Amino acid sequence: MKRTLFRNQLLPWLLLAPQLAITFVFFLWPAAQAVRQSFLREDAFGINTSFVGLANFKALWSSPEYLNSLQVTVVFAVSVTVLSMGLSLLLAVAVDRMIRSTSLYTTLLVWPYAVAPAVAGILWWFIFNPTIGVMPYFLDTIGYDWNHISSKSDAMTLVVIASAWKQISYNFLFFVAGLQSIPASLREAAAIDGAGPVRRFFDITLPLLSPTTFFLLVVNIVYAMFDTFGVIDATTEGGPAQATNILVYKVYFDGFVGQNLGSSAAQSVILMLIVIALTVVQFRYVEKKVAY
Amino acid sequence: MASIILDKVGKIYAGGTRAVGDVSIDIADGEFIVLVGPSGCGKSTLLRMVAGLESISEGTVRIGDRVVNEVEPADRDIAMVFQNYALYPHMSVRQNLAYGLKNRGTPRADIDRRVAQAAEILQIGPYLDRKPRALSGGQRQRVAMGRAIVREPAAFLFDEPLSNLDAKLRVTMRLEIKELQRRLRTTSIYVTHDQLEAMTLADRLVVLNGGRIEQIGTPLEVYRKPASVFVAGFIGSPAMNLIPSRAVPHLPGSAHAGIVGIRPEDLSVAPDGPILMQVGAVEELGAQRLVHGHVEGEALTLAMPSDALLSDSLRLTCRPGSLHLFDANSGQRIG
Amino acid sequence: MIENRPGLNLLAHLVLMLGVVIVALPVWVAFVASTHTATDFMSGTIPLWPGPYLLENYSRMLDAGVSTSGTPPVGTMMLNSLIMALLIACGKIAISITSAFAIVYFRFPFRNLAFWCIFITLMLPVEVRIVPTFQVVADLGMLNSYAGLSVPLIASATATFLFRQVFLTIPDELTEAARIDGAGPMKFFRDILIPLSRTNIAALFVILFIYGWNQYLWPLLITTSSDYYTIVAGIKRMADAVDGLPQWHLVMATAMLAMIPPVAVVIGMQRLFVKGLVETEK
Repeated sequence: MKRTLFRNQLLPWLLLAPQLAITFVFFLWPAAQAVRQSFLREDAFGINTSFVGLANFKALWSSPEYLNSLQVTVVFAVSVTVLSMGLSLLLAVAVDRMIRSTSLYTTLLVWPYAVAPAVAGILWWFIFNPTIGVMPYFLDTIGYDWNHISSKSDAMTLVVIASAWKQISYNFLFFVAGLQSIPASLREAAAIDGAGPVRRFFDITLPLLSPTTFFLLVVNIVYAMFDTFGVIDATTEGGPAQATNILVYKVYFDGFVGQNLGSSAAQSVILMLIVIALTVVQFRYVEKKVAY
Repeated sequence: MASIILDKVGKIYAGGTRAVGDVSIDIADGEFIVLVGPSGCGKSTLLRMVAGLESISEGTVRIGDRVVNEVEPADRDIAMVFQNYALYPHMSVRQNLAYGLKNRGTPRADIDRRVAQAAEILQIGPYLDRKPRALSGGQRQRVAMGRAIVREPAAFLFDEPLSNLDAKLRVTMRLEIKELQRRLRTTSIYVTHDQLEAMTLADRLVVLNGGRIEQIGTPLEVYRKPASVFVAGFIGSPAMNLIPSRAVPHLPGSAHAGIVGIRPEDLSVAPDGPILMQVGAVEELGAQRLVHGHVEGEALTLAMPSDALLSDSLRLTCRPGSLHLFDANSGQRIG
Repeated sequence: MIENRPGLNLLAHLVLMLGVVIVALPVWVAFVASTHTATDFMSGTIPLWPGPYLLENYSRMLDAGVSTSGTPPVGTMMLNSLIMALLIACGKIAISITSAFAIVYFRFPFRNLAFWCIFITLMLPVEVRIVPTFQVVADLGMLNSYAGLSVPLIASATATFLFRQVFLTIPDELTEAARIDGAGPMKFFRDILIPLSRTNIAALFVILFIYGWNQYLWPLLITTSSDYYTIVAGIKRMADAVDGLPQWHLVMATAMLAMIPPVAVVIGMQRLFVKGLVETEK
């Protein structure tokens, strides 16, 4: 709270005007439209719309495709989060032991952050390309016939790897920062108490790292649920047989390709509720940055 | 340069809390006024009201011959020196000094001349092109004063400008401020919680407590004739002994006063003195010695030469005419 | 490090090197592929070392592209991406810094409401309001334009909060000194606040440039004219089109070109990048 304030009454509104205008026109209004739309149904020709209450939501709830998408999203988000955070933690712990080479390794590990999800998808799609890819070639030598175009589990594995790969650098940076904020004296004290490196990791480091871990957990779930659209679209397009059709992809597909506006809007509303819940969790339990 | 007149000034915050009430001070042109009091007494609020950084809830503030209640700080023709210096960290010393002049549209040549002059007075010439973070505490303090000087304002306002400095530097800078003010003869209001700083700097002191004026006077007036128990206890070091009169019934005048005040240096050892002091802790200050003890269960401090003899109990007398008598209920001086 | 255990140190190095390899693998493969010709893939396996066609493939993509895919030359798409990324980064910074200034340094009616309006944008990523937002942009006639590519994305709660945080750490006395020095609100904003936020602005710029460059869904939706294709969105169209014909070397060259600018920014400005990343999440 500032002690010194300027008195003008009009100026603050002028300063806020661009932000508020864009927020209203491109965020609040469309969001309100999505909510409105979710209670309406258009006829096949798009001429008449009628109020149908919660029918769109009920339809989703009894739609095997939607329930499948929900399940796919959970599997996908959990896999991406666990894989990416696990690898990043391992790398962060390793780099935390380094004295001179920290910045070199950091440089070599952080740049995938800058790669667009869609490009990450293309890269891994190419590596796993069943006819010319490197990985299927090696997998073939150990007797595994990789084909993400026909195999549901191969497709899921592909999008999980591509999405987790891109997120490693982000998690790594935050884990390194978290590790560095643990006072060395604590680990030294534990060492004097006779705890070896492994014990120290589990007894001291991991518990003290839990705020970072929890924060990254939320961030990674949000990432996997919303920011991986590019990965999916550039690789599997939700297939095969809906095996990688995560919620965000389904909203897009039903709304733009399927032109099923009511259902797409209802899905949007559900997604909004999920983001709101995740945001609340993040602000409630991770940091109170809006308190003022 | 100008006089500053505060007439029944008060400050009430939005929540209804009163920070300052009924403050009237006439500050003459060229005078150095020090507002002194414990933290939370309203002295900074009062200064900030003069500066225009706080709105004035009651009364009027006049600078020169105009009422400035609704005038923007920049237009009040004042300059302020802040406790943490408030130098613009991204500007060089020169730019810091020039910023206020530039905003007023002062001609380039004029700015250069005034900056050079201020740098000369404050001996900060060699640092003009440095950034504040490359300066020591004392140098920053000088720059902060330089920023006030270049403006050639009607008044300087100092908000505890020395409290971020170490003890030794504080004494040096105190002297510099005093000499600077003597030389420039600019009306000054200076806020401090340090009574020694207040005593040494002020032409006149304003002692504040709980948002109200306890006493206005020259340092010697305030020291010799404190108007209330509060002032008596606040001004002077070591602090004045304030004893309920029943503990010292034999002192002249104590019969009709509730509280008797005696400065530690006004007490002396005398074999037939009327006060019998039980000696406790002793502090050696070098030239002087402070003896803490009790009389009739009340705390008492005595200042004595460090070569005088000590024993477990001392008979004390006080210098004639040195007693301060206060009313027990109002705390006001009665003689 | 507490005790010296050479075994553990070696293990740590091994883990890190393995990590670096995993992280670099897909890019290496793409790079190798981008230096060969289509016929090199015919054998069924792709080569592991770079071929001699680097310059040929890249200059062909930059100048001409793959006309059968309906995408313009990669050079054009990169320029579009650059314009979009710069507009988004600068736009977000400009409107967020003024918003934060208003919220921190003024008291006015409905200030909290304004704050919450901005906050709420955090909860409405473009993915959850795709159809109606598209509708709005279409109604405003902003399809196939740079404004359409950037303006709907430049509201930013994160950047506003970051600047708010920065401003709150700037001592009140500095504002007061400036007021006494005769600086009004806008002068204070320009002369004091912006210079003092310089490194935060730079750090944020790095993050937002990457954010803008990497946009995918939005440009995909609102650009139907190839003149406005961005490289990240265009690459998919290209991959789709060439899927039948094995022109992977060209797609990979495009992928490399799509990565180079943001990756260069991250590596070249690593310190600002890390600062920006950590700060925007605070």
